[in-house]
Amino acid sequence: MFYRENGQFKTNYRDDQQIFPILQDRIAIGLLLAVAFVAVPMLASDYLFRAILIPFVIMSLAALGVNILVGYCGQISLGSGAFMAVGAYSAYNIFERIPGMPLIPALILGGLCATAFGILFGLPSLRVKGLYLAVATLAAQFFSDWMFLRIKWFTLDAPSGSVSVSNLQVFGLPIESAVSRYLLCLTLLLVIGVMAKNLVRGAIGREWMAIRDMDVAAAVIGIRPMYAKLSAFAVSSFIIGVAGGLWAFIYLGAWEPAAFSSDQSFRLLFMVIIGGLGSIMGSFFGAAFIVVLPIALNQFLPFFAGLFGVEISTAGVSHAELMIFGGLIVWFLIVEPHGLAKLWSMGKQKLRLWPFPH
Amino acid sequence: MRSGKLVLALATIAMSASVVTSAVAQTKEQFFPLLSYRTGPYAPNGVPWANGKQDYLKLINARDGGVNGVKMTYEECETGYATDRGVECYERLKSRPGVAVFDPQATGITFALTEKVPTDKIPLITLGYGLSVSQDGQAFKWNFPLMGSYWTGADILIQHIGKKEGGLDKLKGKKITLVYHDSPFGKEPIPLLQERAKMHGFDLQMIPVTAPGVDQKSAWLQVRQSRPDFVLLWGWGVMNSTALKEAQATGYPRDKMYGVWWAGAEPDVKDVGEGAKGYNALALNTSGKEPKVIQDIMKYVHDKGQGTGPKDEVGQVLYTRGVIIQMLSIEAVRRAQERFGKGKVMTGEQVRWGMENLALDQKRLDALGFSGIMRPLSTSCADHMGSSWARVQTWDGKKWAFSSDFIQADDQILKPMVKSGADKYLADKKMTRRPPADCQS
Repeated sequence: MFYRENGQFKTNYRDDQQIFPILQDRIAIGLLLAVAFVAVPMLASDYLFRAILIPFVIMSLAALGVNILVGYCGQISLGSGAFMAVGAYSAYNIFERIPGMPLIPALILGGLCATAFGILFGLPSLRVKGLYLAVATLAAQFFSDWMFLRIKWFTLDAPSGSVSVSNLQVFGLPIESAVSRYLLCLTLLLVIGVMAKNLVRGAIGREWMAIRDMDVAAAVIGIRPMYAKLSAFAVSSFIIGVAGGLWAFIYLGAWEPAAFSSDQSFRLLFMVIIGGLGSIMGSFFGAAFIVVLPIALNQFLPFFAGLFGVEISTAGVSHAELMIFGGLIVWFLIVEPHGLAKLWSMGKQKLRLWPFPH
Repeated sequence: MRSGKLVLALATIAMSASVVTSAVAQTKEQFFPLLSYRTGPYAPNGVPWANGKQDYLKLINARDGGVNGVKMTYEECETGYATDRGVECYERLKSRPGVAVFDPQATGITFALTEKVPTDKIPLITLGYGLSVSQDGQAFKWNFPLMGSYWTGADILIQHIGKKEGGLDKLKGKKITLVYHDSPFGKEPIPLLQERAKMHGFDLQMIPVTAPGVDQKSAWLQVRQSRPDFVLLWGWGVMNSTALKEAQATGYPRDKMYGVWWAGAEPDVKDVGEGAKGYNALALNTSGKEPKVIQDIMKYVHDKGQGTGPKDEVGQVLYTRGVIIQMLSIEAVRRAQERFGKGKVMTGEQVRWGMENLALDQKRLDALGFSGIMRPLSTSCADHMGSSWARVQTWDGKKWAFSSDFIQADDQILKPMVKSGADKYLADKKMTRRPPADCQS
């Protein structure tokens, strides 16, 4: 009833090719952006920003990058933590070594360094697929772990190996308060998200999806596998590198190489699997789920267990979190391989017919 | 729709419970956030530490009714020794009313929180760990590496080895290897060891062990090849017991191994047992069930069934260290109350002042029940460490026994290093030292 497209006629190709062709969708997205940019900074508490919203925004950016590689191009990657690390440390070096370097160009150049790294470690994808490629990208993860621990040049010869940034500012405005950090991350997410959506809707996105579905057939009809796979690695690593720079500069402030360990890679992969492979929307759902679930469990589980008279320790909550993640991933892969995004789009389909069942 | 009714019922119970708890009268409470790790590879050492802290808080409430009537409350948050989870726990707990002080229990988390606490105005107590340069209180207003840092620890070990050899000059030409956890924690002592190596002419070799330190075969094969005269072990968690097992496997004499005070506790040697006989480690504090405060904990907390962990953990090395950390935090609160109002809940800034003006002489330690556990400690504006003494203890297969007198870290060497390190940190962050007037705040 509310979601019908009756009366909305498109009279030119431009209207037909909009990301959100339906008016109700455009209104909904406009409202969402208004809430995200205006209402949330006014209403949310400091804790909500620092613990939930900022990690959610940065992680959805990273999940977006992983989704392009794993979901759209079908190249399984367990090295996302390494790309984040390269993005973070290169942004750090560019920011610290070049005096007067502004923040956003440093982050973008960090992303480009991650692109180079990603293309290098994406070369195995031209020869191997599936599990073997996953292992090859895991090698990237271990290599990055080693590189930032042992090569002191990357950490500006800090004796402890721990680095930190401070006094961040954009166009003279200091990025100190939680609101300013949130808005910076959100703006970058919006810009890169729109770019990513347009890429996957365009020719190159269709090439990626063709490679994912049947790479031999794609090669037969004239899609160059090397170009498609390496461009997927390049775009994905850029996005993940910028997200890594944001994670380090904005969220952590001070970090050591262990911040980008294989745990981070697995977390990103889980986000994409639970959220939905091959869907931009799915990255956001997955990131929200993975960021919010530990905190929700921490608050909710002791109370819930208390209802049954069972005392649950912090260790118990931590173990429960791992068990629930594992269980959910198995459940999603069996029942709904396209993740939460598919549930969302099914919901929208039903909504278009509501109140009629079919 | 039975499931719908059940969900509705649960929701109403949840809401009414939250309403009831918030309507409870506001009693005066000082809140201690307890960042701990009970999961992961560092849990064997993190658990007794966390239990010691909680038990002491319970003791103060049960035996003394709090500090001048202000009850001590606490909440644990699981960090798993991971920096990002530590930061998340900090953000969650820092805005609780009455928050007093943070003990991150990890050097990596300390580095991250050192950036945040000046803005949030909550002191950090990093007893025996953290940034070594933060003992300079005029540069680091909010950090308190009480009782020692990794530089003082390394210094004391070198002094002890020198004494055993018959003089520091006898170290010339000897080979000392540092087997360290490849993280900020493990890398901290390197500058001081390099300085001492220059001074005395010994050959310093450094062998990093990838975190968490479960796989050390290659490290110990390197040790076997190079045959150093002494091995310094800078490990934490499972790395310590693994190192001792590997040392036994490669045949390196354990009595030539010296661990930092975080590598000298029961969880590290119990599994290895007789194989670790002769292993030495620094001891910041004593252990055992004899001290009065430990007996009080048994009486007022464990015998009443309120103990946080198992009874046989009470009195162990790390448990006692946790008790000490909590005691120092509470004494800082007490000292702050003396200036800012007895019986009132202290803010973070006030607790910081209390921590900067601790004066625990032997009489006070005896009154608190800590006689024999630690040496007297007194902090000041410039000195956030308070005391830089430690001993060496040796594992005899069944228990730890002291094998040296108290040694004090050499200030002649440390003072210039701390000052230049602190100056460099301030220059990097574009901050300045505290003016002398600030010491009165």
